[in-house]
Amino acid sequence: MKKRLRSRYAAERRFRLLGLSAVGVSVLFLAFLLFTMAAKGLGGFTRYEAALPIDFAKTDLFLDPATLRGPDAEQAVGGADIEGAIARSATDSYGPAAKEMFGDAAVRSLTRAIVRNPDMVSGTATVWLPLASNLDVAAKHGGDAKGEQLVSRLRAKQALRSRFNLDFLSASDATDPSAVGVWGALKGSFLTIMVTMLLAFPVGVFAAVYLEEFAPRNRWTDAIEVSINNLAAVPSIIFGLLGLAVFLNVMHLPRSAPLVGGLTLALMTMPVIVIAGRNAIKSVPPSIRDAALGVGASKMQVTFHHVLPLALPGILTGTIIGMARALGETAPLLMIGMRAFIAAPPNGVTAPATVLPVQIFLWSDEVDRGFVEKTSAAIIVLLLFMLLMNGLAIYLRNRFERRW
Amino acid sequence: MHMKEKQPIAPTTPVPAASAAITAEAKRKKPRAGEARTKDSDISRDSAESAPILAMSQLENIQDSSDGAIDPNREPKMSANGVDVFYGHKQALKDVSIKIYDDLVTAFIGPSGCGKSTFLRCLNRMNDTIPSARVSGRIELDGEDINSTNMDVVQLRARVGMVFQKPNPFPKSIFENVAYGPRIHGLARSKAELEQIVEKSLRRAGLWDEVKDRLQESGTALSGGQQQRLCIARAIAVDPEVILMDEPCSALDPIATAKIEELIHELRGRYAIAIVTHNMQQAARVSQRTAFFHLGEMIEYGKTSEMFTNPREQRTQDYITGRYG
Repeated sequence: MKKRLRSRYAAERRFRLLGLSAVGVSVLFLAFLLFTMAAKGLGGFTRYEAALPIDFAKTDLFLDPATLRGPDAEQAVGGADIEGAIARSATDSYGPAAKEMFGDAAVRSLTRAIVRNPDMVSGTATVWLPLASNLDVAAKHGGDAKGEQLVSRLRAKQALRSRFNLDFLSASDATDPSAVGVWGALKGSFLTIMVTMLLAFPVGVFAAVYLEEFAPRNRWTDAIEVSINNLAAVPSIIFGLLGLAVFLNVMHLPRSAPLVGGLTLALMTMPVIVIAGRNAIKSVPPSIRDAALGVGASKMQVTFHHVLPLALPGILTGTIIGMARALGETAPLLMIGMRAFIAAPPNGVTAPATVLPVQIFLWSDEVDRGFVEKTSAAIIVLLLFMLLMNGLAIYLRNRFERRW
Repeated sequence: MHMKEKQPIAPTTPVPAASAAITAEAKRKKPRAGEARTKDSDISRDSAESAPILAMSQLENIQDSSDGAIDPNREPKMSANGVDVFYGHKQALKDVSIKIYDDLVTAFIGPSGCGKSTFLRCLNRMNDTIPSARVSGRIELDGEDINSTNMDVVQLRARVGMVFQKPNPFPKSIFENVAYGPRIHGLARSKAELEQIVEKSLRRAGLWDEVKDRLQESGTALSGGQQQRLCIARAIAVDPEVILMDEPCSALDPIATAKIEELIHELRGRYAIAIVTHNMQQAARVSQRTAFFHLGEMIEYGKTSEMFTNPREQRTQDYITGRYG
């Protein structure tokens, strides 16, 4: 008897140890992921800027401060050869090696500076402009000999500084890694997930309610249940192919649009919502149904006054899981053309767009070293975006729970 | 009052073994009930009128032979004729015929699984919600067939209210619990009227004084007995003609049970009441007429006093004396 008791306690201890080590391993993995992500990605949010004295009289910009004060300022600056002006000023100040010291990001910065302060063009000015990508990499992690030499020269002259890269959050995709940003992809993700949610949530919930509360139990509903369970397990790329075949080839919806992406992801998310919804509805105690029926509520009143509100927290949990999965989905969106290079943020659900995970996939494929930390930074943005959405959903769910 | 309670029941007529058994049982239970009463001042204060009924317990009913006797010409409120119920292939009820009258409490007793709850659920068609259940036979409410296509099931359930075994208030406020029925049936034209209905129902259920200051609190936060009275208030808020109670006290402690029984007595004059119970003392205490079910059949139906003192059937006697069940 005593021996048996001892062995039982030992088994319990073993089990607890096993559980603890399982938790430990997962915590370790998570910590590793977050650490590498932060170590690599945080650099993507900063950039090195160099001071550049520009004598506008020597450049061939031919800009008139009077036009710059008018409404066509941006157009006027855009038409001028800003890039040439920067290259000339750079060689003047830092020698011929500095000819390609600045890239697209610098052009954008200078354009903005001129529009903001048109008087600048009638004299000389020193502006801080972001370095070209290869020099930025050289300044951060070291690069080729020429680049490092230039960077150390700038450092010696105190013409180098590191600043938070706000452009990364407000710009869209570009060919020059110094000029890229996640705004376009973020907006694309938001629009896509909106379409998904607006479609998948109501359809999924109503399907779950109908199947659970109203549908007769027969062979047809059994078949539907089996298909829904199978659909939830279908690989996402297949939904992408389905979206390609149906939405693009048959319905001729615009390619690489958030609308099509949202529809495709909705197909993928719906089964998850239906399954979660049915389970939540099933777990509402039958006594509540009896109570409502007992005072003469109709089936519909029972469902919408009592069952659905009680099941809502559970349904929302399922929806959050489904949405999080859709938000991180890449494969089906590649199939419907959302991997295109889109340099402008989408201004509607039918405009061409890309989404964050696809953007990450695209950047990770680039050869330029400047994209490495941009990729990691984009991953951080995606994770934060996901955290934000999940946090919001959990907050909503808790509020619903408290009300009941 | 206490003296009276503790006095052994002295039947005036010769008592058969069955009744003697109850008496003995009652004697054992009595002191507990008395103790409870002294602790719980609520009962004696709220319902001085009904306290004696409880105090005199089943003896009152057994001796009062006029109460359960039925004039053969009297119209029943509900009547069941040859009711059979099947769950799939299993027959749960065999040819049950019962009449339920206004102003009387009819108790259904019998061992577990004998079909008494099933029969009760037939009376407001709650069995419709069980897909495999099949009901045949004729059940009438005021002479109308409740299973006919003319009878709207929602309307029927408003006329025949139900209280369940486990207290099942909605997870909403106390007010909302009671107001739900009147609201969906459009019984109140204004908010004031609705508040009136709620107050009236809660008063009738003997709960008003306990909850009037916290109507907005959740109904599930009440104690078990209060929850059950809330459920009764909810049922009477839609002004039903019949109230069905499916073992309303089986999940409650003796004090709460006493309050519910007291309430049943008070409601008796307004509604026809049918109550399923496992507890024979309870059947004897609250009902005027009793039906005994066994294995899906109704064995005996008649005046409660006669049933407990002088059962016609051997099986009834065996059950009442505790030989099985």
